[in-house]
Amino acid sequence: MTLEKSPILMRDALCNTLIEAAERDERIIALDADLVGSSGLKPFFKRFPERAVNCGIAEANMIGVACGLSLTGKIPFAHSFGPFASRRVCDQIFISAAYAKLNIRVIGSDPGVTAAYNGGTHMPFEDMGVLRSIPGITLMEPADPTALAAITKQLAGDEHYGVYYLRMSRKDAIAVYGEGERFEIGKAKILRAGGDVAVFASGIMVAEALRAADELAARGIQATVVDMFTWKPVDTELICRLAAKVKLFITAENHNIYGGLGNAIAEVTAANCPIPIKFVGVKDRFGQVGKQNELQAEYGLTADEIVKAAMR
Amino acid sequence: MNLKEFAKEIRVTTLKQLAVPGFGHVGGAMSIVETLAVLFGETMRIDPSNPQWSERDKLILSKGHAGPALYSTLALKGYFPMEMLTELNKFGGRLPSHVDRSKTPGVDMTAGSLGQGLSVACGVALGDRMSGRACHTYCIVGDGELDEGQNWEAMMFAAHYKLSNLTLLVDNNKVQLDGYTDDVMKLGDLAAKLTAFGWKTLTADGHDVDAIRAALAERSAECPSAIILDTIKGKGANFAEAAVPNNHHMTFTAEQIEAAIQEVA
Repeated sequence: MTLEKSPILMRDALCNTLIEAAERDERIIALDADLVGSSGLKPFFKRFPERAVNCGIAEANMIGVACGLSLTGKIPFAHSFGPFASRRVCDQIFISAAYAKLNIRVIGSDPGVTAAYNGGTHMPFEDMGVLRSIPGITLMEPADPTALAAITKQLAGDEHYGVYYLRMSRKDAIAVYGEGERFEIGKAKILRAGGDVAVFASGIMVAEALRAADELAARGIQATVVDMFTWKPVDTELICRLAAKVKLFITAENHNIYGGLGNAIAEVTAANCPIPIKFVGVKDRFGQVGKQNELQAEYGLTADEIVKAAMR
Repeated sequence: MNLKEFAKEIRVTTLKQLAVPGFGHVGGAMSIVETLAVLFGETMRIDPSNPQWSERDKLILSKGHAGPALYSTLALKGYFPMEMLTELNKFGGRLPSHVDRSKTPGVDMTAGSLGQGLSVACGVALGDRMSGRACHTYCIVGDGELDEGQNWEAMMFAAHYKLSNLTLLVDNNKVQLDGYTDDVMKLGDLAAKLTAFGWKTLTADGHDVDAIRAALAERSAECPSAIILDTIKGKGANFAEAAVPNNHHMTFTAEQIEAAIQEVA
């Protein structure tokens, strides 16, 4: 399977979708914490200055403001870099948003190694784990601009009410989906079918999983590849269905394996459909500066690691 | 409405409410009674029969532990039956120790993790302004609560966005859980700080309804306004006033409550 970069950047897909939504619906509000120049939301801020709110470098207040906007019926999308949109504002998301039963969307950009040269302070291997114990929260990591746009469009409507955290790379992404692909939040996407192992991935690890599946096929191992773009609520039904079909699960995440996607899947299998699992991901370490490919190699976030996990 | 009488009713009702569990945050509830009397008795545009009316004025009680005083006020205004006040802190009840918008009719926001309410109030004021609604948002914070840095982020935000439809009411009772604020964490010159942050800053005797009303009349139409209310923690509950500064959360007997009610009446 040949994998090519999407012609559109992730952040542009986000901004374009929000602008389209805001043109139809005046309740759509964009908030940022002095990262408009990074988030790609500049065109939104220009097009809808009265519905764009720069909160300055004050993420806790930004989440509170988003909650207040929700109280007046708005649908706020609040962005910061992943660590500052999650661990820094954990209590605000917990109490002011989730416990108070309000309706907000939080976008955490630069997940894991995609933070690259910003290094360990900006490299969230923990954002999903920090937020996952908040009751009722929905956690997502789309793999490409098509998925991101489709999910953002849904989040801009009335179909979804609650607290949604979207973890997204801002820049290039491998195109996984063709135009018009449909996504249902909470339902994983099977990208490739194979009867020996199932690889569950999200974000940048989806492309790695697809590459690994090619390599495994060449070695006579057939892999199912699943885009687990929703981490919570996790697709329990699909997990159990696949556990009955294959001999091994591999989870692949650009995140600490403690509190991450692998844990979420293992909770399901351990209780319902036991199966051996290998965890490909960051092994309880902090981030550091480097090129994304250097960091992927350093933390074992590669197709090779997935292949090795399948062969062992 | 006679606001002094309304304040007395709120105070007595709150004492009766607290008597049922026999414990609670009596200090910080008593210190905001006159403020609530003025807001709900006169200032706020509300409709108790329609708590979700979008054009209403909103109140964010950021010091969520003062819930019992707000519950009394709401019940007296007819948001829910007076009998419901016996549910305070009962398992499965609708009146938790800290205010919760999804449990109690008339409670506009959930609070309890201190320091978050003013940010939410900013969002409400901004959202109403974006929607072209002429309504006002009030936020009550405690002076101890101002230790939390998020308040100061919100103060900058409100001034930057010229939220003149936002009023901050600081319950300046000078006591926090561990003692006097001057001993635990000095607030310094709060009025000067708020003014420096770009707010119109007013002060009033927080137990004088006329003084509160007069301060409200002085608010700015250009920028957010803050009223620093000089209050006494436990005001009007003699057993609680006598216990200052150790009256944040207390247990008390039915006799103590009865004696306090007699004195208020």
